Amino acid sequence: MAKKLIGDPIDRIDGTQKVTGSARYSADVKRPGLVHGVLVMSTVANGTIQTLDTTETLRLPGILAVMSHTNAPKLGGMDKNKSGETASDRVLHVFQDNLVHYNNQPIAMVIADTFEQAVEGASLVRVTYATEPVKPGLPTSTDKPLTPPRLPRVDDQVDTTRGDVKKGMAGAASTLEATYKTPTQFHNALEPHAVLSFWEGDKLTMYTTTQGISGYQKRVAELFGMPKENVRVITQYLGGGFGSKGTTFSQAMLGPMAAKLVGKPVKLVLKREHMFGMVGSRSATVQTMNVGATADGQLTAMTHDTLAQTSAFDEFMEPAGTITRMLYACPNLATTHKFIKANVGSTSPMRAPGEAPGVFALECAIDEMADKLKIDPLQFRLKNYAEEDPHRNRPFSSKSLRECYQQGADQFGWSKRAKQPRATRDGNYLVGMGMATTVYPVNRGESTAMVRLNTDGTVRLETGTQDLGTGTFTIMNQLAAEVLGLSPDQVTLGAGDSKYPEAVGSGGSRTTVTTGSAVTQAAQEVLKKAKKMAYSDKKSPLYAVAEAEIEAKNGRLESKSDPKKGESFTSLLKRNGNKPIEATTLSKSGAEKETHSMSAFGAIFVEVRVDEALGEVRISRMLGNIAAGKIVNAKTAKSQILGGMVWGVSMALHEYAALDTRNARIMNPNLAEYHVPVNADIRDIDAIFIDEADETVNPAGVKGIGEIGIVGTVSAIANAIYHATGKRHYDLPITVEKLIG
Amino acid sequence: MAEKDTYLIDGSNRRWFLKQSSALTGLLLAPPLVATSAQSTQRQPTVPPSGKRAITLRINKKTYKIDVEPRETLLDVLRERLDLTGTKKGCDHGQCGACTVHVDGRQSNACLMLAVMHQHQEITTIEGLAPSKSQLHPLQAAFVKHDGYQCGFCTPGQIMSGVAIIRQGHANSPDEIREWMSGNICRCAAYRGIVEAIGSVQKEGKTV
Repeated sequence: MAKKLIGDPIDRIDGTQKVTGSARYSADVKRPGLVHGVLVMSTVANGTIQTLDTTETLRLPGILAVMSHTNAPKLGGMDKNKSGETASDRVLHVFQDNLVHYNNQPIAMVIADTFEQAVEGASLVRVTYATEPVKPGLPTSTDKPLTPPRLPRVDDQVDTTRGDVKKGMAGAASTLEATYKTPTQFHNALEPHAVLSFWEGDKLTMYTTTQGISGYQKRVAELFGMPKENVRVITQYLGGGFGSKGTTFSQAMLGPMAAKLVGKPVKLVLKREHMFGMVGSRSATVQTMNVGATADGQLTAMTHDTLAQTSAFDEFMEPAGTITRMLYACPNLATTHKFIKANVGSTSPMRAPGEAPGVFALECAIDEMADKLKIDPLQFRLKNYAEEDPHRNRPFSSKSLRECYQQGADQFGWSKRAKQPRATRDGNYLVGMGMATTVYPVNRGESTAMVRLNTDGTVRLETGTQDLGTGTFTIMNQLAAEVLGLSPDQVTLGAGDSKYPEAVGSGGSRTTVTTGSAVTQAAQEVLKKAKKMAYSDKKSPLYAVAEAEIEAKNGRLESKSDPKKGESFTSLLKRNGNKPIEATTLSKSGAEKETHSMSAFGAIFVEVRVDEALGEVRISRMLGNIAAGKIVNAKTAKSQILGGMVWGVSMALHEYAALDTRNARIMNPNLAEYHVPVNADIRDIDAIFIDEADETVNPAGVKGIGEIGIVGTVSAIANAIYHATGKRHYDLPITVEKLIG
Repeated sequence: MAEKDTYLIDGSNRRWFLKQSSALTGLLLAPPLVATSAQSTQRQPTVPPSGKRAITLRINKKTYKIDVEPRETLLDVLRERLDLTGTKKGCDHGQCGACTVHVDGRQSNACLMLAVMHQHQEITTIEGLAPSKSQLHPLQAAFVKHDGYQCGFCTPGQIMSGVAIIRQGHANSPDEIREWMSGNICRCAAYRGIVEAIGSVQKEGKTV
């Protein structure tokens, strides 16, 4: 039976809970004796706390404590509080000293019986500082750029060279140099970070907002200096994360520290303005691209130099140059990464870290070069199509980018695009079409899953994953059901709790790739055991039938050649001791990691309408064509891609943190002034998946789809605006004042 | 339309003023700023009494008698006091729409309302929308069918706004839906599914 490449569009298993309000997110959990914590934030960006006066606060009724560096519980594992190997290990601010490294850094917490008392108490804490000169972030920083010790993915080199760039540029008929700027962005999941913590002796339980239950558990345990078995982390529902809940940030420690200090369960929920600093950001970047090509459109050389920022106390590098290394067949190429240090909160991974800003620069430069050479931008990309990964010198496990280009162009009507920019007008609008390649690597970690086939024919699946809203819980059940020939509603899932088998953190589009593979393998193991049981059971109709001859279908094992020959799981198990069959599988990469290059690819097409007099840009049509291996659930997968594409709209046209460079304070830390798209910003938007069978990539045959939607959309929009107006924009976001005139 | 909206704007301003003036109170206590804040002193209302008021709220056709502080928002009373946690707090400043409830049938941001000011009004939250425990409201079912969500955090607010605009006759075209639904931010950006869900219910002409 041919495996389905596009899975059934079934509804989410937690849909009813979400639409009725019965889904309990972390801040919705109740606990007897629960008290409330509210943070006090720094108002300077660099210095030391001189005095922290809590007199007025402590006079209020209901105040239990004001926790600060003067009285916070000491942490046994503070030597671990440094920039780690992985992207999610960042330096935390957990009241162990009086240092202030950025504006809006947590410096104290008021704990009170009610939320209102805590809010009022926090407003009355008086702080004085000894301040030091502030290092502002990009683009105004004059700090000396440093080479970072590593990129977030350990396999990625910081700087690379292949061929001879000088020679390649000399051999080019046409060259271009352009500098692209992207701003600091904040994730702003709609659910503010929340943590409800309580201690029972030396055991800590936390209902919290995390994209990585197991990593969170480990990080909290190591900073407290306690065994991880003593920390239980529960995330039943997560209101989005986009990276800001992937890293374990300071509130993860401050919550349980406060619970320890007052001896009661403490609920700490960040205010929206607290989410502009202490829970990470996408670094601003300044990227310089050099591109050389022959007159007939062959790339001869490229360079991509990235300057990003990291916080003064940390060293996270936005890896913007990594895609440039592998996307086109360009023989001579160099990429570099540098950062400056600034008094800002930790920069950290945000949806498609590196790829989103990096591919904006790359795909705008490619578009501009095509235009210079008077070659259609899609043809120019096809001319430089990389059949193999030119960076790693390996074949792709699968690459259906050509099909994405083709189908996308056909469906979008690319052939109708005017050859010249600024050639199409509709009333007051200039109309333009743009496209870009989108791409995202397959990142696989390690996950364990347990699958148990019960005697009643149902399945219990357990794995300590979390569902950010992507549909993970739903598709894990689908994957197990598919292997065992069951309907997904016959599977019940245990997840969202560290008591279940350890699973990878949901970042870098890893979850279906990693945990989905674990689920697939555990289910395959159970199926194998069931087949063996039938094979050696004389009373089974499938006695002595070879494993390869048996398939699972509709709750039964059947002979492939004679489907009538078979029996239900129920009858097989009943006869064989009436016990469930269970398998627990740890899944991780194998040899394919060394032999193949693995990425999802796609093409994004955009039509914009620009009214220059008003500086108004409307995206009238957007289409994403994506090839990402097997798609487990057509419905949730489509929402993933569409959501990613809207993030592309946001990055291209809306989002930026406005920095007051005098004091390194974000001036728009709220959803009224930090603009993200609303419903009226999004019109005709669609995503189509290309059938792609990939037996190499992983046991589930899937590639991640959480981030690929944003990557190419940013440049497709910028390219469409160029095609509409004849003016290139190099500085994001492309806002009204940049469009006028 | 203007008259309908006046209510919300009024609520918004009051809440803003209270928040603002409590911040000013804070500043006044900080010695260096006292001198510059003379004008603010005049605008400052009396500090809310720490005492509680006994109030009666009508929520989801039930009557709740509860003692609240005057400064407690309707949102916090729903969530923290009555355990009606379906209504979400995304920004606490009326900017995201996650806390949308119906007050006398009108979509309203519960974070911008003080509970003491909404006695004797019919308040409906997401928990009160479905006709019964075993049956979804048509728009709830449509959100599931059209995947009008991802993480689900903004969803109760989206659905409450969606029901309101269908009832008010503002859901006659995708563009009209987009415009009227733009007070509810969905960071996962399930906007297409939201528009399809609302459009499908409006088209079917079901009583919502």
